[in-house]
Order: sequence, then structure tokens, then C-alpha cells
Amino acid sequence: MTLFVDHATKKFGEFTAVDDLSLKIEEGQMHGFLGANGAGKTTTFRMILGLLDPTQGRVTWKDKPITYDSSPFIGYLPEERGLYPKMKVEDQLIYLAQLRKMSKEDAKKETAAWLERFEVPHYAGKKVEELSKGNQQKIQLIASLVHKPSLIILDEPFSGLDPVNVEILKRAILDVQKQGATIVFSSHRMDHVEELCDDMSILDHGKVVVGGSIREVKRNFGKQNVRLKMDQDLDSLGRLPGVEKYTDLIDGALLQITEESTAQRILNEAMKLGQLRHFSIEEPSLEEIFIAKVGKAYE
Amino acid sequence: MNSFWIIFKQAFMTKARTKSFIITTIIVAAAFFLLANLPAIIESFAGDEESQVLHVVDDSGELVPQLQAQLEQADSNIQAMPTDLSEDELQEGIAEGTIDAYLVIEGGDALSARYISESANEIGAGADVENAVQAIQTALTAERLGLSGAEVGELFLPASFEREAVSDSAKTEEELSQARGLVYVLILLIYVAVIYYPNMIAMEVANEKSSRVMEILISSVSPVKHMFAKILGIGTLGIVQMMIFGIAGYFAFRTSASDMTEGFFSVMGFSDIKVSTFLFAILFFLLGYFLYAVLAALLGSLVSRTEDVQQLMLPMMFLIIIASFIAFSGIGMPDAGYVTVTSFIPFFAPLVMFLRVGMLDIPLWEPLLSIAIMLVTIGILGWFGARVYRGGVLMYGSSQSLKDIGKAITLGNKK
Repeated sequence: MTLFVDHATKKFGEFTAVDDLSLKIEEGQMHGFLGANGAGKTTTFRMILGLLDPTQGRVTWKDKPITYDSSPFIGYLPEERGLYPKMKVEDQLIYLAQLRKMSKEDAKKETAAWLERFEVPHYAGKKVEELSKGNQQKIQLIASLVHKPSLIILDEPFSGLDPVNVEILKRAILDVQKQGATIVFSSHRMDHVEELCDDMSILDHGKVVVGGSIREVKRNFGKQNVRLKMDQDLDSLGRLPGVEKYTDLIDGALLQITEESTAQRILNEAMKLGQLRHFSIEEPSLEEIFIAKVGKAYE
Repeated sequence: MNSFWIIFKQAFMTKARTKSFIITTIIVAAAFFLLANLPAIIESFAGDEESQVLHVVDDSGELVPQLQAQLEQADSNIQAMPTDLSEDELQEGIAEGTIDAYLVIEGGDALSARYISESANEIGAGADVENAVQAIQTALTAERLGLSGAEVGELFLPASFEREAVSDSAKTEEELSQARGLVYVLILLIYVAVIYYPNMIAMEVANEKSSRVMEILISSVSPVKHMFAKILGIGTLGIVQMMIFGIAGYFAFRTSASDMTEGFFSVMGFSDIKVSTFLFAILFFLLGYFLYAVLAALLGSLVSRTEDVQQLMLPMMFLIIIASFIAFSGIGMPDAGYVTVTSFIPFFAPLVMFLRVGMLDIPLWEPLLSIAIMLVTIGILGWFGARVYRGGVLMYGSSQSLKDIGKAITLGNKK
């Protein structure tokens, strides 16, 4: 294992921000972090980065605690974006890369390559404050990747971006992962986590309420969805034994079940009602798991 | 390159390249050249002035040539001319502006004269004329009494009068007034510098916090390293700027058309410059800078928005202002008790102890002790500031007060 958060607890006075949190992230994996505001995501990230020391427990990276000596191997995109507003994009990226111990020549080369890749090479000489928010975010992401880190922490990397740019950034992140980097990221969008991550954790009040590989999480959730598409009134299906939840949809219904046998029963009943256009058994979405576990919608 | 030097270079270069820095440097350097040549400039204006004509109503007709002779002897640019006009006409002339001034002089055992000018402001001119009339009176009286020139000379022989101070540490009156001008200027420079550069640091830190780039910085480099690299970077900028001023000042006065040993400059004490005064000035500037810079970095790390910096800096500004009050009031009496005491209080020492070493011949251990106290204070503040800074830079919120120092320490606390 490479990144290991070992029973970490962080207290601010009486308030416990992170409570006995344990996490193992294997090298080269992408780990998704989900949690409502104030769930302890940023505090966990800050502990991983060594900005905050855990009150109890410890964080290790390749069996060693993370200190400023590890700085060259770590990339960080904070949730609150931050760049020097009056500094030129290129100067800024080189400066930040140099702080991570990259040589000036390499930093220059990498910066140019990244700007090219994000289709913004003409911004090199512009001040950050002159760029649009989306473009600032690209620069911000470059700042966290330019020095070729092996552990990358991305706090909400896609928030506030248009779908085209989200795709560009997603591809970049996946490429960096393919080159062997370990990535931890939190996202606002469950579908991004589903799409990108191998493993995930849902945080609530400083605790991991659900964690593990996404497939396992879904299997362990113990609930599945049956999606039906037909024009008839399907209310009666909702009253079948074994149906946990019934949601009326515009072109049919969505039924939550716990036993596979219930799906068979629903299919039989539905066919009696009339013409069935669509029937499927779906895995639960992360959103459903999140709501079920945390008890409230994510933002 | 070490990340410390990268931050150092960054702090130095970005500030040194700003327009405000370049313009300030140029303006101050230019001001030195202007100041150095001020007497010459004033003279060049004065030289253009035409000699004033003084109309003299003299019934005897004998006194005007004597008056003219006396005025010439006194290097006055007033020219005495006899006039036939009546006093009424002369007054009309003054009212119209065609006549500057006139004098009514009447002979006798004691001369009596009246000097009439447009306003009473022309004290200089009036005094010149008065002295001239007095001299004529003296000459006339001596003649009447039958005194020889030598006897007159003896009569006016000045008594020898000297001031001497008993205290060992006191400089002679002459030395004091010579030192005073220079010390005054240097205290002013130190005062401005310990306000200006630490303020720059507080603004820089607050800027990095409010633009949120701070979190990236301190995840790359330790906040303590970041803080001290920044302080040293801006400090070096301060030294460079002061050096530019120093060199500009040196050349300004060297190439100046004015004579350094006369008039204005001898009063300012620029004619007899002691090297040690400058060395102490640099030393106390540096100590004062580091003392207040650490404090400013600490305070800057507590605010979330740059707008709040000034408010939080207020207590620090008060310290500097109090120090300047003590220093400037102490120029007149550098051996006063409160000056001696405050010269050992670290926040006042940069100004007050410099005043004392500049103005008095105090034993060397006194400034050394004061310097040692300041160094210890800088050490403690540096340690304390680093602790606050580490937590402060992570803290965002609405309440910005000194109470947050406690919170910041808790947040940045190891364990």
C-alpha cells in the first residue's frame, strides 16, 4: 500500500472534524472522496498533506510520514482556488513548480506542454486575473500536476467547469494516473467518482460511513433498482411484497428491491398489466447510496 | 535551488519590479539632489533680486553718504538715496508700490530715525537699516567725545562666553547641534522604514491568504520557511532601496553646488559626519525592521481579507508612533530619564537607542545591551510568530482580532 491513513482523528478544541478515520489507497489508484460540506474532507486532505497534524493516529506515504521532504512528490489542488492574481500564468506555474523542487528548465518545458495540452498556450503571458474562471481552473490543475507528482490530491477538481472542459481535465487526470500516480479526489458529482475511481469513501461527520471498491460498495448496499417502462398505471406494483421504495416516473416507474426474486415477481405482475417496453435490473447509483447512508442529498 | 531562496527571490523581485517601488525610489533620490542644491537654488533666485532703494528724508544732508557707507559695509543690497519728496508723497508712493521703504532721519546728539515700509514683515531690511543708523550714532558720539578708533574698538570688545556641559556623556553644545540634524534625518528614515517595509510584508501575506494561493504555498514549503524567506526578501529590498538613497544622497551632496560647511548644512550637521552614526543607523534599521517584520507577518497571517490588515496592524503602528514621539522629543534632551529607560525597551529601542548613540557619548555596553535585548525579542517573536503563522494562514473567517492568535496557535499546533 502506498497511502495509509491510520486511525486519524483531528479535533479543533471540542469539535471533532475527523473521527478515527482509516484509509488505504494503493499505488496507482484513483480514490474518490464524497461527503457533505463539513464532513471532514478538507481536514483529511490537510492531514494527508501534513498541513495539519492529526490529534491521534498518523498518515504515512510509502511507510513514511509525510513531511516537507515529500513536497516534490505531492500535487495539491485546494478546494478554494488560489493563484497570484497579478502574476503571469507562465511565471506562476514555474514558480510553484520550483517550490516543489523542479528545476527551472524542466518547469518551463512542462508548463509549455501542459498549456498546449489544455489548448491555452496563448495564456502563458497573461495575468491570471485576466482569465475566465474555467481557464483559471485549468491553470490551477496544471499547478498541481506540472512537477510530475506521484501522490495527487484534488479537492473538487471539476466544480464550476463546462462539460467540454470537464472532459479535457478528466482525460488529463486519467493519463496522469496511467503513468502511475496515486490520486485522491473529492467531487461534487457522483457520476465523476463512478466514472473515474476504483475505490471510494463516503464521509459523514468525520467518519467513513461507506468505503471500498465501487463494485463492492454497490453489492454490499444490498439494494437494486428495477426500471420499468410502460404506459399503464403501475401503483399496484409498488405494493408488492419486497418492494422497498416506489418512484413514479414519466414513462414508467423505478422500484427499489433487496431480493433478486422480487424482480421476477415484479416482471410477472407487470406483464399482466399490459405491454412492457423496457425492464431492467440496475445497480444502485452512488447518489442513492450516499443519500441512504448520510441521510441527506449531497448539496 | 533551495526553496527558501526561490521564495526570497520571488518576494524581492516582484516588489522590486512594481511601478510604485521604482517611482518612489526615483522620487526620493531626486529629492536628495534637490535638497543638496537647495541653497544654491535659493541663492540663484535671490541673486536676481534688484537692490532695494531706500529713500531717505534727511534735513541735514550729511547723513545719507554715511548711511550708504555703513550699508555697503554690512553687505546689504539696500541703496540709500536722498529724496526731496515730502512724507505724504512718499507714503503715497509706498501705497502705489513704486517705493519699497523710506527713512526719516534727524540729527542731533542722539540720532532719531523712523523706518516706514509697506508691511512690517521686512524685518531683515529694517534691521540692516537700524544697525547702520546705530553705527553712525556710535561714530558720531565717539567723535564728539574725542575717542580714537582704537578706543571705540575697545569699547565694543566682546566678552568671551562659552557653554560647557559637566556630564561626561554630554557632547559639547557645538557637537550636539552638529549631530542633531543628521540624527534627526536618520531617525526619520528608520521610522519610515520600520513602518513601510513591515507593512509591505503584512500586505503580501494577507494578499496570498486572500487569493488563497497560500494553501498551495504552504503545502509545498513549510510556513515557517515561507515566512522567514519573505521577511528576508523584503528586508533585502529595504536595504537595496536604502542603499540607493544613500548613494544618491552621497553623490547629491558631493556634486552639489552648495557649500557644506555654511548656513543650512552646518546647522544640519552634515559637515562633520561620523561613520559610526551611519553604521548604527543601518544596524538599528535592520533590528527594527526584523522586529516589526515578524510582528507584521504574524498579524498579516491572521486576516482573511487585505482590507482588514490595517485594522489589525493598528496596535503595532501605535508602538512605532510612540517610539517616534520619544525619539523626536528626545532630540532636544537626549539624556532625559525616559529616553534612557525606553532605549532598552525592544519596541522603542531601534529609534530611541539610535538617538542616544547618535547624540551622546554613552558607554558601548549600553547599545550592545539594547541590541542584545532586541535580538532576544526578535528570536522569541520569530518563534511565536512562526507558531501563529502556521495556523493563521489556514484560518478563514469573519472575526479578525488579536484574540485569533490563540486560535491560530491551536490550529497550527503539533498534536
